[in-house]
Amino acid sequence: MTRIVKSKTEIEGRIYERYSIWSGSDLAPWEANSDLSIVGRDLPRVDAESKVTGRAAYTADHRRPGMLFAKVLRSPYAHARINRLDLSRAAGMPGVRAVLCHRSTPKLTLSTGQPLFDRTLRYYGQAVAAVAADTEEIAEDALREIEVDYQPLPFVIDPAKAKEPGAPLVQPRGNLLTEGYPQRYERGNLESGQREAEVTVQLEFRTQMAIHQCFEPHCALAEWDGEGLTLWTSTQYIHGVARDLAQRLRIPQNRVRVLSEAIGGAFGSKQIAGEEVYLAALLARQADRPILVYFDRDEETVATGHREATVQQIRLGARWDGRLTFIEHEATAGIGSYGNHAMIVCGPSQTLYRCPNVRTVENAVYTNVAPARAFRAPGYTEGSFALESAMDELAKKLGIDPLSLRRRNEVDFDQVDRQSYSLNPIDDIFSLGAAMADWNTPKPEASDSGRRRGRGMAAQIWGGGGGPPAYAWVKVDATGTADVVVGSQDIGTGTRTALAQIAAEELGLRLEDVRIAEGDTLSGPYAPNSAGSMTVASVGPAVRAAASQACQTLLEVAAHVLRCPGDQVKIREGIVHHGLAGEHETPLADVLQEVSPFAIVGQGDRGPNPQDVTIRTFGVQFAEVEVDLATGAVEVIKQSAVHDCGRVISPLQADSQIAGGITQGVGYALTEALVVDPQTGVVLNANLESYLIPTIADVPVVDGRPFGEIDQIDNSLGVKGLGEPPIIPVAPAVANAIADAIGVRITDLPLTAAKVLAALNQEGSHAGV
Amino acid sequence: MVRVVHPVPVVSAPVTGPGLVPISIKVNGNIQQIQVEPRRSLLDVIRWDLGLTGAKRVCNLGECGACTVLADGRPIYACLALAIECEAVDILTIEGLAVDGQLDPVQQAFIRHDAVQCGFCTPGQVLAAKALISDNAQPSDEDIDRAMCGNLCRCGTYTHVRNALQELRQNPPGGAR
Repeated sequence: MTRIVKSKTEIEGRIYERYSIWSGSDLAPWEANSDLSIVGRDLPRVDAESKVTGRAAYTADHRRPGMLFAKVLRSPYAHARINRLDLSRAAGMPGVRAVLCHRSTPKLTLSTGQPLFDRTLRYYGQAVAAVAADTEEIAEDALREIEVDYQPLPFVIDPAKAKEPGAPLVQPRGNLLTEGYPQRYERGNLESGQREAEVTVQLEFRTQMAIHQCFEPHCALAEWDGEGLTLWTSTQYIHGVARDLAQRLRIPQNRVRVLSEAIGGAFGSKQIAGEEVYLAALLARQADRPILVYFDRDEETVATGHREATVQQIRLGARWDGRLTFIEHEATAGIGSYGNHAMIVCGPSQTLYRCPNVRTVENAVYTNVAPARAFRAPGYTEGSFALESAMDELAKKLGIDPLSLRRRNEVDFDQVDRQSYSLNPIDDIFSLGAAMADWNTPKPEASDSGRRRGRGMAAQIWGGGGGPPAYAWVKVDATGTADVVVGSQDIGTGTRTALAQIAAEELGLRLEDVRIAEGDTLSGPYAPNSAGSMTVASVGPAVRAAASQACQTLLEVAAHVLRCPGDQVKIREGIVHHGLAGEHETPLADVLQEVSPFAIVGQGDRGPNPQDVTIRTFGVQFAEVEVDLATGAVEVIKQSAVHDCGRVISPLQADSQIAGGITQGVGYALTEALVVDPQTGVVLNANLESYLIPTIADVPVVDGRPFGEIDQIDNSLGVKGLGEPPIIPVAPAVANAIADAIGVRITDLPLTAAKVLAALNQEGSHAGV
Repeated sequence: MVRVVHPVPVVSAPVTGPGLVPISIKVNGNIQQIQVEPRRSLLDVIRWDLGLTGAKRVCNLGECGACTVLADGRPIYACLALAIECEAVDILTIEGLAVDGQLDPVQQAFIRHDAVQCGFCTPGQVLAAKALISDNAQPSDEDIDRAMCGNLCRCGTYTHVRNALQELRQNPPGGAR
């Protein structure tokens, strides 16, 4: 019976209460000791072969008849007003088919609040005009023919400066967001916590703007025909893009088809219908031809968002035995030039440790850079750098081992919602991580006398429980192969394979007999965005439910054909086991052939999460580094990581997520930062030559382990997310290891060789403490 | 290429050039006659003119390796080569690596070790690894880092790329030299 249920779901630190339409029954979870044959096994990614052969079809690999190429002219100023804009020469060039600027109609505003085009430009790289032409070369040439008279305006990049009175105004209503801000949280009594404290530390931290640098840039290919708009795009949320396009272009949602078959990375930056989508759709309508928009690396760097910069003040107090008496944490995030919220930075301070008295304040401020976007564990990554660095300073002052301090303050229930966690193995995670990192043995000597070795650790909390709504359909044919139709998308994390494993397990088919159809709004029912580490936990239970329904019918068919009671039939990896003790085996395809042709269809949906428990993921990482005393360069030698993600669907792919998060985390910790010239507002490193992401030579040995304890109550699979957690503890663990090596605390990311060298030069002083 | 122009006055020079010129290019064993603008890169020619979309455009400035192809067996960045320079060169793209549908051992090792996430850098990684293994069947860890550090990966598949290459070094295709 259909039920309309309102339930709470956590996404990236925020709690959403919303309705879902649900069939009203959930499967019982697989038992911890269930004999599963496909889930939990290392099997090749279902799309690996298409990726190693170059056949995987990304947006720009599609080619439509008559397709044109678009290019965008972008602002050379961080803040300016367009006095005059003349597109006539560009528009008149042979081969140019369409142009757009702030005078074009319809006037659109993106979901970030940013107008698609505007006379006022609030960041370096903001779109001024776009052209579409027969070839990329003609489009490039046409941009040079656009005449613009800019009036430069004062600008501000640094969030701390943007907050000051008299700072240049990014938005006319003021730089500080006031609606919903400052965001305050308080529990207990901070003042009494301060009085009880026998030791306190106080530090200020800064974190940088980091760029997602998805290798497949933001791109879209739009084509209008009698059916409406078809749009191929690289997105984390095909259904969100379709809904947004339908609303803003005022067309019925079923006249917008969004496809995203293969996606070259997203990391949080592709959750909305962005500029690329609207440029493609509008230019295609104007030219009446298919249009490809494909951003260059410089555009990708300056115009598609970044991890927000933060300035954070944190104070911790403890008794001499190490018990925390208070945490006070204030964060100011620079959200860029448009938008209405910042990421949640102080979440870890509220929940990672047991502490009776906590006060957090979060401010959001506009700055003259592109609007910030979520970036793998947004907010918590920045906030954990501050909290976990401060915890080490507290440990030092107390004379307690950093791990011991954390264990003394282990959290045993959700202090914000005042209820228990569905699964919280933090104590065992600490033990396992410490053993993997040999934490309790003396640290090894540095590899040579010009280097110093250090060790550090940091813990992590994050969501990842997923939730409704999400739906799936399973279609089994008479040869015993199945299509699983879902409306999700695989951004490279391997969810397509995980969903195939779940379906194959429940159906009793081999993995190769299951095909996942996803990334197409025409066929796939609604699924949430691939964000918040929630795809498998959200869509997976719906797939299992659909497969289970189809399997019931399959079993009935098999029992009928084999003339045996239904309870004596089982299907496993494409073989029907029947007879009193399952002693007979017949290939499923042979059985089904008797009644061929037919189609069996199963439907499944995601039920609400249990509402009386909180679902979170916990983890810990230990870093081992060496610092070169002559250059200040830091080498991360080894990173040991344990992350709780509930049941592991594929151990090898889980390891890919952990290693990938650590690799990005090493870049965030040591080298990555968007560099903006304070004099001109120009971005100086809009490329991969000087925006330094790690290479193969920069990654440490990674010993990553999913903890593997199955969550017995969160959903019918016992899974939780793993996409984001591994990046969270990297920067603080590395920072703590550097402090251990050189005796100086560096409080602003990234921890570049120059900063380490400067710290070495003032060794003995304790900067920031 | 860089259109985020710096705040200095730019005098637009009229674009001059010979327009389309005929070239002959050999890719994956096929020789093809095509017309291209002299400024068109090898990458754009193989993607747009030849329809071989495995090589990817990521940085377009020779910084990332996602467009790697083999030129006479050596890895090159196709975004930095002009197509008109490549007439006398034997080009192998990812589409030409598997022979008669049989995956190359490097491709198989990448699959086995899950050295693939989003897959966008993968064709370039596979070809760079192929060039390394063809040149040196027993690469040291340092050889691997040196040969592969020009192929960036944002998802962080590096540890698994290492595992794949370490396995190939232990079990070189066709036996050890």
